[in-house]
Amino acid sequence: MAEEIKAGCARPTGGLVGEEPPGDKPTEAKEEKKEVKSMIMIGRKAPDFMAPGYFQGKFINVHLSDYLGKWVLLCFYPGDFTFV
Amino acid sequence: MSIDSVFVHKMWVDHEISKMVKKGVPYPMLSDVGGKVGTAYGVFDDVAGVETRGRFIIDPDGVIQGYEVLTPPVGRNVSESIRQLQAFQHVRNSGGTEATPSGWRPGKLTLKPGPDLVGNVWKVWKTEMERD
Repeated sequence: MAEEIKAGCARPTGGLVGEEPPGDKPTEAKEEKKEVKSMIMIGRKAPDFMAPGYFQGKFINVHLSDYLGKWVLLCFYPGDFTFV
Repeated sequence: MSIDSVFVHKMWVDHEISKMVKKGVPYPMLSDVGGKVGTAYGVFDDVAGVETRGRFIIDPDGVIQGYEVLTPPVGRNVSESIRQLQAFQHVRNSGGTEATPSGWRPGKLTLKPGPDLVGNVWKVWKTEMERD
């Protein structure tokens, strides 16, 4: 029988069976990855990206650079249906 | 933007958001399956596999003017985001000659940095002006 999980704001995700559970010591490879993690600095250019989107009944492709000349509020959130 | 697919975005709009916002979501809901964009912006939690609540203000030149990042259980304040956006727009429109003090809103006093203002901010700006 599958274990029931508590509903929270962070969406539970799958992973490989036998994978190290979260919270274990990071491996060297993981630490290396973290060094190149973020390219963000205020006063510097925002990294351009392309992403599929849903907008008023249609599926669209959006580039951040489509919005040059306009002010942009870019918001990230944990997931659809996550309460907050 | 979240790690959900565009199909899930559609279902969320159809089944829940449309019951809260009459005409649906007035901006594109973007999909970042795999978290590559969130990783570049430093907001992807690779242990939980989701994006945290990151919000970036990007100006017309594509420059990041500000950001705020919250952990999942606490929601943002939309009016504070709008206040910051209005302040950045005001500063930009002034050509960088004006600065907006703490708690500034449109119509409130701005500061014009220069030699005469050094040490004299207390004469023109009072702490109670921070509040609405």
